[in-house]
Amino acid sequence: MQVSMKINGATVSHDVEPRTLLVHFIRENAGLTGTNIGCDSSSCGACTIHINGESVKSCTVFAVQADGADILTIEGLADGEKLHPMQQAFHECHALQCGYCTPGMVMASVSLLREVPNPTEREVRIGLEGNLCRCTGYHNIVKAVLQAAGQGGGQ
Amino acid sequence: MIPAAFDYVRADSADQAISLLQQHGDDAKLLAGGHSLIPLMKYRLASPAVIVDIGRLSDLSYVKEDGANLRIGALTRHRDLEINPLLKQHAPLLSNAASHVGDPQVRHRGTIGGSLSHGDPASDLPAVAIALGATLVIKGANGTREVSSDDFFQGFLETALAPDELLTEIVVPKMNGAKWSFQKFNRRAMDWAIVGCAVVVDGNKAGVGLVNMDSRPIRASAVEAAIAGGANASDAAASADAGTEPPADLNASVEYRRHLAKVLVRRALEEAGK
Repeated sequence: MQVSMKINGATVSHDVEPRTLLVHFIRENAGLTGTNIGCDSSSCGACTIHINGESVKSCTVFAVQADGADILTIEGLADGEKLHPMQQAFHECHALQCGYCTPGMVMASVSLLREVPNPTEREVRIGLEGNLCRCTGYHNIVKAVLQAAGQGGGQ
Repeated sequence: MIPAAFDYVRADSADQAISLLQQHGDDAKLLAGGHSLIPLMKYRLASPAVIVDIGRLSDLSYVKEDGANLRIGALTRHRDLEINPLLKQHAPLLSNAASHVGDPQVRHRGTIGGSLSHGDPASDLPAVAIALGATLVIKGANGTREVSSDDFFQGFLETALAPDELLTEIVVPKMNGAKWSFQKFNRRAMDWAIVGCAVVVDGNKAGVGLVNMDSRPIRASAVEAAIAGGANASDAAASADAGTEPPADLNASVEYRRHLAKVLVRRALEEAGK
């Protein structure tokens, strides 16, 4: 069936099977491969994107459910060459090792700061409970989110 | 993991959803937030021929005050339960428990009605519905009927819902300052509870719902009776596993779950002032 949504500001329309998962629509139909598939079972958070401004695991949403929605992926965060404050904070705090969880971590962190603009360290750790880093680089990730909190990281 | 193919219909109203269910019978499944159903479909544990998407029925997402009760629309998301001021004031046990469901991403999608209709004994909110004595409003082709949370959960992933019925509303009595506690024991933050419990205490009257202690969400009646008889927290909690048949799995043996239930119910009762 015909599905149409805004992804990073641009309208993307495709004829897809109803069983097409949103993450596949984003990666294969829209060609945006920044969103990773990790566990594929809504545990790891690697596929986190925003639907209408809120973090969601795109491996557990059908593309048809997002018909008409406003989607933001990791590719849509930066303003041209200028990194989003959350990306900048991840860069400065070295909040990644292998980088696989990073797009999901960044998207979840932006959504977290939107809901809790000035979180404590504990609130950051709890707020990122849906994202796994198998390099276990959590310490610097938490540091980055706290740094971004004062710098528009939730915008 | 790709689910089996299905036909997709988006319902524009509760009535339309019910007539679609009538038309397709057992072949159809309702899709709300999808965070219980889609994983089952991806593992091919469920392969419905028709999906009726009710996710856009925004008139079923609300929290309203109604005298001594709160009325909660079935499509209210966990995130909305978590932050709703009426729930924080009048049913803090429910808003707190909602904040323990899955993780933020899951709570942005999953709904209270979806969670209850799924009837998973390992889910958090069914135990809360039991502890609070919630009533579930069910709509079918011939009107609505009300079922108590004790009668709603009938077996493993089985509820009182007929294949052509829709859970539309959850009615929760206001807690009126009663003390409460929600305990959840798991290995990783976003996991289901290995065992959990929801407790509300008002004087010698207690409501205790257990998570993952039987094939269905279940009430700890023996604990409630002990509290009514004047028992303290640890004496009452000693019967937390009475009458239960807990499952064994990779996380825990039957014996370990029985032990956990007693520990968690004792902690909950103590937190609730017993």
